[in-house]
Formats: sequence, C-alpha cells, structure tokens
Amino acid sequence: MANKILVFIEQRNGLIKKPSFEAAKTAADLAVKLSGTVESVTVGNEIEGLEKVGSYGVAKVTHFKNSDLANYSPSAYAELITKFVNENGFDILLFGATSMGKDLAPRVSAKLDAGLAIDCVALNADGNDIVATRPIFAGKALVDVKITSPKKVFALRPNVFNPGVPSDAKADLSVVNVDAPNLNVKVTEIKKSEGKLDVAEADIIVSGGRGMKGPEHFHLVEELSQILGAATGASRAVVDAGWRPHGEQVGQTGKTVSPTLYIALGISGAIQHLAGMRSSKYIVAVNKDKDAPIFQIADYGIVGDLFEVVPAMIEEIKKIKS
Amino acid sequence: MKIAVCVSHVPDTAAKINIGSDGMSIDPAGVTYVVNPYDEFAIEEALKSKEKFGGETVAISLGGDANKETLRKALAMGIDNAVLLKESGYRDSLSVSKALADEIKAQGAELVFFGKQSVDFDNSVVGQLTAELLGYNCISVAVSFTLDGNKIICEREIEGGKEVVETNLPAVITAQKGLNEPRYASLKGIMAAKKKEIIEKTPAAAANYVEVISMKKPASKQAGKIIGTDSSAVPELIRLLREEAKVI
Repeated sequence: MANKILVFIEQRNGLIKKPSFEAAKTAADLAVKLSGTVESVTVGNEIEGLEKVGSYGVAKVTHFKNSDLANYSPSAYAELITKFVNENGFDILLFGATSMGKDLAPRVSAKLDAGLAIDCVALNADGNDIVATRPIFAGKALVDVKITSPKKVFALRPNVFNPGVPSDAKADLSVVNVDAPNLNVKVTEIKKSEGKLDVAEADIIVSGGRGMKGPEHFHLVEELSQILGAATGASRAVVDAGWRPHGEQVGQTGKTVSPTLYIALGISGAIQHLAGMRSSKYIVAVNKDKDAPIFQIADYGIVGDLFEVVPAMIEEIKKIKS
Repeated sequence: MKIAVCVSHVPDTAAKINIGSDGMSIDPAGVTYVVNPYDEFAIEEALKSKEKFGGETVAISLGGDANKETLRKALAMGIDNAVLLKESGYRDSLSVSKALADEIKAQGAELVFFGKQSVDFDNSVVGQLTAELLGYNCISVAVSFTLDGNKIICEREIEGGKEVVETNLPAVITAQKGLNEPRYASLKGIMAAKKKEIIEKTPAAAANYVEVISMKKPASKQAGKIIGTDSSAVPELIRLLREEAKVI
C-alpha cells in the first residue's frame, strides 16, 4: 500500500474550521509513521487563508471552486472528492467529524466502497495498519477497530486531536474551477442561532438541569456562560420539559462533548448525561444533593444551593476579569 | 408512494454497559433493549407522510429475532408492514447498508426515513451510506421535513444553527430529535400489531471492512474535591480553576 493520505479541509462562510487543522496535523503525523504522503482538498468558493494548512504539516491543498459551492452541497462535495481520490490514488482519507464531516464522509466512503470509522478519538499506526479508537454508547465504552478495505475513511472527533503549534510553512495552493457541479442536494440558506456558541464547538460549557427549577431561572446559566465565553448546555430532563431547545442537550440522545471545562448546575448526573460529558477535561458540579452521581466524576464540587452559589460565581469572575 | 423506515433495536440509554468476556462485544446480561430513540422520530415522520400523501409504509430492521420487538412497536404505532433481515453475526455499517439498500429497492420505496444514528455504536452513517448505494438523495440530521410534489426541503442541525437543504425524491432522510413528537401506540394498534406477520428474509452476504479488535470501558474518573457547601466556597473554586486547572 502506498499510504497516500488525503485530508478534507472544511470551510464555512469561506473560513476554515478548526477541526480541519486538527485533522491536518494528525494526517501529517500519520504520514511520517506510515512512511506515506499527505495532501489536502477543499471545496468552496472564496476561501481565506488556505495556505495555512501548510503550518500543520500538509504541503499541498487542492481547492475545487465554484460560486455554487460556497454553501455545502452533499452531492457535489462527495462527487468531487471521490473523483479526486480515484484520479490520484489516495488510500487513506481523514475528515473532521463535524456536522458536515459526518454527513460527507459516509457518502464518499460508499462511492469508494471503503470501510469507515467515524468520530475517532485516537488513531495509532500499528505496523502498516491504523488502529482507530471510537467511543460507543456515547462514551460508556470504547472500541478499537481496524479497516481492512484497500481504501479507508476516518473522521476525527473535534477538540480531541492536538493541532500542535503551527509553523510558518505555507501550503501550495492549486485551484480547480468546477463546471456544472452536481447540486442535487444543496444548502440554500444558513440560519444561525442568535450569537450563540454551540456546545459541540465550545471550550467551556455551562449546563443547567432540573435543579434550575424552571426555564425562568436559566438566565443564571446564560449569564455565567456569557462571562466565561462559554456555550449553554442542558440536561435531557429540561429539554424534554420544554425549558430549553434540544440543540443544547448534552448526553446520549443529545450531543457528546469534551470541552476543557464543563460546569454542571443542578444536574444530578443520569447515566446518559454522564456518558455525553465525562471526557471533559475539568468538571465542576453545583448541586444540593451530596449523593448526586455527578459528584463522582466532578473535579470540583460545591454541595449547596445553586441560586446562592451561581450569582457568587458570576461576581467572583467579574472581579477577576475587570 | 411507498415509504420505508429503517429501525434498530438497541440497549436503553439508562442501561449500564459492560464488556463481554471475549473483550470484543457488549455483555447483554441485564440490559433492556428498546427501539432506537431517533428511530421513533423516523417512524413518526413516515406515518405523517403516509397520512398526507397516501401510500404504504414498511419498517425494516436487520438483526436477530429480538429485533421483532422493535418492529412490533413500529407496527403498533401504525406502520403497515414489517421486514426482518435475519442476521446473527456482526456487520459493519457499510455491510448493514448494503442489506438495507437491497431491501428498500425490492420494496420500491421512494422515501426512506432513518434515525440520525443508533445509540449503540453511534456511527451516524447508515442513512447516508444506504442513500449512496441506492443512488438516492439524502439529507441527514433533519429537524424539519416538507415534501411538495417531488421537492423536499429540510432543515438540518449544524454547529451553532441550522441549514436549509433542498433536494428531490427519491430520498433518504435521517431524523434528529425535534423533527416531530412521536405518537404513542394506541391499544388498538398494539392489538393489531400482534396479529401482523413480520416477513423474515435472509440478506445477501457482504464483506465487513471494519474489524473489531477490542472493546473496553473508559478509564474511570477519580471523584474530585468537595470545596464547600455554600457561596463562601466560590473564591476557592475560582482560584482552583485559575491556578490548578488553568481553565479560566
């Protein structure tokens, strides 16, 4: 096997998404371990700073360009990448497991008849093979898998792989203008949630549970989030009760997250919630019930009334920030 | 119009997961299995589509006899027919998708719903893979669905918002929480489902490209410090976050 690695660089609004740099660095490291080569591909219209992938160790980027490709089109993106892979004989593909990556990787994999491992949290070279580790049951267990097809597709969970310190190297950019892309499936509009950070992308998450006692008290969660530059999360109980939108739900039927800091307010820690956030680097819990399971995985806990503790936290952080 | 919904039978999200003695599978002892939660949204959307556009609905599941329980639940909610693709061994996502694509083609279904992912192996890819194998259009992680003539418009959830996606039939849609409010099975539905035949088929063999090497539980986290019981503990908490954890 030639071990020709290709990394997909994701852009939205013409800006490169951070998980693509994580994938680029991981691909560059793998290429060294497998004595292979690495390059990258992107699809879009105007894209800022593409040569930056060079600073993560990927020396070449091919940009498939067309004004109709500025927004994601699953049909066009999958077709262009597949054709590029077949023409150049790539055998290992890396994506970020973002909402675009998770949609796109399987389409490419089906077209290539390639096995795929999605949402990987580790990729290790084992001789000429790659062993991928992925969480299953939302993190209640981990599985190690090996792909045996000639072509292999991996998607890496965001915020897990270290992109390292970027160098000054710049990638060579090759732009390919695309005629008449296949727009059978096409994004026509993006509706952003008003100035809100998504739990899947945040470094810090402040989540509220049933202990918040009602939707009218979530301003406390939001204030603390805002002052920390954090995303607001929620437990399944409060989403099912209609207090918060499902986009904020953390856990097995919500989002699985691994931020640097996770602050759980009034969340007891049902097994399906813990599964979705246990890999956070630091966990803080505030809860009245000292026996709440959340304290078994929290690094720092306050057993007390959150309606008293949270305003004090907001004040204390304000003091530091001013 | 023929509408299909693909369903899987998975451990309840409240279940504790233990690794089997082979170190390569889940120990089923004491685990309750349920309809995959996201598949309930898929079933509901299939039923709503039939109510609106007419036609016939079929639920398809791949697995052992235990999956009949999930298929019965789909029938009880109002799905017309059920097919079990019998498989006792391991199949990876692509191999599962090949079997499902064959059956969807045999059924002649033009509109197919899946849950956006099964909550056991969390792959979130079988809908997209199956669509590609069928040459159907596909929208994943849909939180809204409208069909007008041949044209489909969905909103799909992305980081920090939604994107509006347009396509045409034939299509596969994978359902995210929020797409609808799944109905409860009526007593009449449950009784009728008991009498319905679940058609059993043997899917064609397909190679697995993803080999399981081992499974393990994540390293258990040490419980940390309880810093205090009221707001007087807050300055110490913030100090630890700044100086020990260095996160704020």
